[in-house]
Amino acid sequence: MMDELRELYQEVILDHGRDPRNHRCPAEANRHAQGNNPICGDKLVVHLTVDDSGLIRDVAFEGKGCAISIASASLMTEILKGKTKDEARALFDDFHEMCTKDDFDASAANGDVDALERLQVLSGVRQFPMRVKCATLAWHTMNAAMSGETETSTE
Amino acid sequence: MSEAMEIAAGGNSTLAFDVESVRADFPILKQEVFGRPLVYLDNAASAQKPRQVLDVMQEAYETYYSNVHRGLHRLSQLSTDGFEAGREKVARFINAESDKEIVFTRNATEAINLVAACYGQAFLKEGDEVILSTLEHHSNIVPWQLLRERIGIVLKVAPIDDAGNLLLDGFEALLGPRTRLVAMLHVSNAIGTVVPIEQVIALAHSRDVPVLVDGSQAVQHRMVDVRELDADFYVFTGHKLYGPSGIGVLYGKRDLLNAMPPYQGGGEMISSVTFEKSEFKEAPHRFEAGTPAIVEVIGLGAALDYVEALGRDNIAAHEAGLLAYATTRLSQLPGLTIIGTAREKASIVSFVMEQAHAHDVGTIVDRAGVAIRAGHHCAQPLLQRFGLTATARASFGIYNTRAEVDALAEALGTVSELFG
Repeated sequence: MMDELRELYQEVILDHGRDPRNHRCPAEANRHAQGNNPICGDKLVVHLTVDDSGLIRDVAFEGKGCAISIASASLMTEILKGKTKDEARALFDDFHEMCTKDDFDASAANGDVDALERLQVLSGVRQFPMRVKCATLAWHTMNAAMSGETETSTE
Repeated sequence: MSEAMEIAAGGNSTLAFDVESVRADFPILKQEVFGRPLVYLDNAASAQKPRQVLDVMQEAYETYYSNVHRGLHRLSQLSTDGFEAGREKVARFINAESDKEIVFTRNATEAINLVAACYGQAFLKEGDEVILSTLEHHSNIVPWQLLRERIGIVLKVAPIDDAGNLLLDGFEALLGPRTRLVAMLHVSNAIGTVVPIEQVIALAHSRDVPVLVDGSQAVQHRMVDVRELDADFYVFTGHKLYGPSGIGVLYGKRDLLNAMPPYQGGGEMISSVTFEKSEFKEAPHRFEAGTPAIVEVIGLGAALDYVEALGRDNIAAHEAGLLAYATTRLSQLPGLTIIGTAREKASIVSFVMEQAHAHDVGTIVDRAGVAIRAGHHCAQPLLQRFGLTATARASFGIYNTRAEVDALAEALGTVSELFG
């Protein structure tokens, strides 16, 4: 029992859950979306600063939630800063596969391999299907913000 | 012998509540989850079913199942008898004057929607006021909001204090010349508060305002007598009462029901149909269009028999013992705060932990075989009142034990171990 739980709640996740990075609302942000997880009532807001060339200059978020959703949002803000929109979308797709597919192979993925390696700490949710939406909420919200939507839901 | 059992046995030894023999009636409780004995503490969401209910439903399907109220053949007569016997059992269970006051619905939610639609159509118009409380489940909020969008009624919300008690003064202050209905729960699913519904009804009736009571979390825990309460409508659901899912109950005073238009149109609810005009049956059948949940009603009847045989006072005593023990035991855990400390509570303990979000708590105890609910419990406005978006909730029923409270407490210790 404890092994699987420790696999889910790794030190990196507990650290980012307790002390989330980029938990703010930058004045210059130009894309915003709110993500809702209707199962638990958690809400996250993702703020993106995207320049004319499609480069993500800054990523930040606000909200409260479980350790998994906050840690995932926090890690995402660090990883996406400096990426292009297309790179961010490729990472979103890979991350979703990582959270849901046991045979996910990071080396065969489209996204940045180093980034996927950092996200690997969240792959423990595969053993906890009810928690996949917690891990992917921030990413869905980021994707919605980039597409010009202002609200999304994990449903 | 547990405290609750001693209380039960003290009055009449033949009525002693033997939790182990109750547990033996529930096949699902014998299993392990993640290698640990299942500890099922999510009874407020839905309760498990005793073999007595399962057997009766199986027997109905295997030996006399047919449609009701229409066939002339033997099986149809037997099914109709079983179905209508279920209605009589429900009437007796809540002490209704007549089984004609018992309308079957899919669940409590549909029963409330039925009243909102039909009572609303007959008696409410723009500007009329309906009073709810902060404690409501979404199922007693959203139907009224839909009616507000349709016809422009006004919703008022009776306040609670920080412990989760309904503020009767605050409720009374909302009763005004345009108040046409009070719709309020009897027991809070999220934090366990027992509302002094007798006083709510008395205050409303003193101004000729009828009251709908959502008893979804009440009937399984305590004696409910709709005539003593003088409730105008009382709704509950089968699946939280150790009966099947898919069957709910609307009790309504007969004159009130017969003054309301039908809910849905179809077979079963008419006395005659031509293309020019249809004549509707009296209540309850006018509200039961189409083939009903026949075997579920038969199963619900068996569940009521089961609960009656245990004795509702014995159940209340058993659960009061569990509530007291769980409250004390959980309060001792570092970082844990119980949400909802009303003067009178049903056996529901909602809590938050400093160390971790309710969702993480739910996942962690699940791995120890302990099933609790984590989230907003379909009562988001209530949680907002406490400045929260989620709590963890343990809810106890007839088959739960103190050892299971200990198992929960031990599993919660793991939260501290993991999260520090």
